[in-house]
Amino acid sequence: MKTKEDILLNIKDLHVWYRVYSGYLKVLNGIRLMVREGERVGLVGEAGCGKTTTMKSILQILPPGDFHIPQGQIFYKGQDVLKMSFKELLRLRSREIAVIFQDPTAALNPVFTIGNQIGDVIKYSATFKDNVHKEKIKTQSIKALKEVYLPDPERMYINYPFQLSGGMRQRVCIAIAISSPRNLLIADEPGTSLDVTIQDQIHRLLNELVEKRNTAIILITHSLGVAREMTDRIYVMYAGTIVETATPEILFKNPVHPYTKGLLASVPKISGGGIARGIPGKLPSYLNPPSGCRFKLRCEQEKPICSEKPPQLLEIEKDHLVACYLTQR
Amino acid sequence: MKQTKNNEILKIEKLKKYFNVGKDKKGPIYVRAVDGVDLNIKDGETLGLVGESGSGKSTIAYTVVGMYRPTSGQIMFKGKNIGIEASRRALSLKKEIQIVFQDPGSSLNPRQTIEQILTLPFRIHTQTPKRQFRKKMVELLEKVELSPDYLYKSPPSIGGGEKQMVAIARAMALNPSLIILDEPTSALDVSVQAKIINKLIDLQKEMNLTYLFITHDLSLMRNVADRIAIMYLGKICEVAESATFFEKPIHPYTQMLISSVPVVTKEEENLKPKKVISTGEIPSPVNIPPGCSFHPRCLYKMPICSKIDPEMIEFSPGHIVRCHLFAKLENKK
Repeated sequence: MKTKEDILLNIKDLHVWYRVYSGYLKVLNGIRLMVREGERVGLVGEAGCGKTTTMKSILQILPPGDFHIPQGQIFYKGQDVLKMSFKELLRLRSREIAVIFQDPTAALNPVFTIGNQIGDVIKYSATFKDNVHKEKIKTQSIKALKEVYLPDPERMYINYPFQLSGGMRQRVCIAIAISSPRNLLIADEPGTSLDVTIQDQIHRLLNELVEKRNTAIILITHSLGVAREMTDRIYVMYAGTIVETATPEILFKNPVHPYTKGLLASVPKISGGGIARGIPGKLPSYLNPPSGCRFKLRCEQEKPICSEKPPQLLEIEKDHLVACYLTQR
Repeated sequence: MKQTKNNEILKIEKLKKYFNVGKDKKGPIYVRAVDGVDLNIKDGETLGLVGESGSGKSTIAYTVVGMYRPTSGQIMFKGKNIGIEASRRALSLKKEIQIVFQDPGSSLNPRQTIEQILTLPFRIHTQTPKRQFRKKMVELLEKVELSPDYLYKSPPSIGGGEKQMVAIARAMALNPSLIILDEPTSALDVSVQAKIINKLIDLQKEMNLTYLFITHDLSLMRNVADRIAIMYLGKICEVAESATFFEKPIHPYTQMLISSVPVVTKEEENLKPKKVISTGEIPSPVNIPPGCSFHPRCLYKMPICSKIDPEMIEFSPGHIVRCHLFAKLENKK
């Protein structure tokens, strides 16, 4: 039995820049993120805040040649991903970490059958020395398709992606991700492109599978409601920085960072009561991000110290870390 | 304050819109996008039209603005039947009904400046002298809280929320009476969404507008709409005032929708129907199941459901539902 105390993934002070014509887009600015074994972690933020860049840097699938990592480390099981050789990276991607992408239509190849695509993943995730037979791969693929409650998995196995609906395609993507044993699952907005009822089904399915296998999961989402229902701990991201992290109970009862507060107030509630005014302003440009705190331009409680240097993520109570000078002396 | 709430501004009666998508041995195949919808919107109110993708909500919107001609049925706007394409409508009628689309990136021409975009309605519909354009434009931008220097920018150079504000300004330009909002915020972040929604509510009060608000986001509707109509496969399932709607949803599909909404507070969680869990998917509108179109996903399905399509029943005043579960109650009475 794995204990929840073992640290699986530990991102320390990660900076990622993208090269563009007029300089560097300084997207990630000191990300600190930790995932323990079997833990469900949510990464919440608005569009363009660097959630997907974080995910891509964990797997090192950033666009080749266009990115630059000036500093930072990503430890997976104690080994730095950024210093891994190509062979080690392949091993990491094929056996340790699985990904579910946002758009299942784009994630599946339209010219191969579902069976083909699941089979590939199983083939490369098994030890290369073992001679895995075709039949074995097939039974394992069908087992995976069954586990995500797809009707008639045998027929599904020979179908092409275009023959399925959006919800079924996302189930296939989940089946691919769980078809071989993994320690970490990264789900990048798995329900966003789907309808609410289908989204709810996909989330329940993910939760069930993660619990059954004791897999750690990083759920990337822009919806605070989804993060609340799905995770053990939430990281709130803003403009390439982690601004607040806590368990859902603490975060929704006692949000501290002005951004988290504004975001929470903006969420429409089914109990009514109107919507707050939103957060004024917009995301800063990554080309010339403001010095110090990146939220200061939209913050109503800006102080002189906010422009000096970025605030550190410090613990204000147990399991509750905030990067804001308002809570620090 | 909303004053004249009783006169109906738009009345849709038995509206049908079929699209011909091909042929087989039995004859032409139709997508029954809208299949007999009755709806009315009162002056000055916001009606929320909610449904999953493929339920036909956008088709209703496009038929009302005149992008499609209805297959059958009537659309009465201020007492006149307007069930014809836009090309055959009077110019004065087109002015009265405006639409804001979902994706401002594709509804604004990227090669035009905001000034060019905003002057077009004036050039078509009014005889405003050119020298007054500038003043009008600045007024319009002020309405949506954008500074006058936006006039010289082009859509790709401004943010998504600002683009949508420009699209809203364009719709408001000629003081219309009905505005159709086709998922105006679903492509935007929550903090931007909050800003736009509040602006829309302010403008509605200021200009006495009527909104037909189309969305798939139920929790947003709770805070915006006076009444909500739920659509499923081209038909209306339930219509009610938005408060009753969330406190006492009665149609099984509505219950399923509400139970699927991810929420952020305890109070909201208590509102969610506990027993209902979402199952199944919306079928293709080419093969609509016989009887009640929702019966394959329904938790309370009865033998009658797969045979006879239920009628609209007034469950309580202003609360209309289309389900066999309640037809029985009615008969017993």
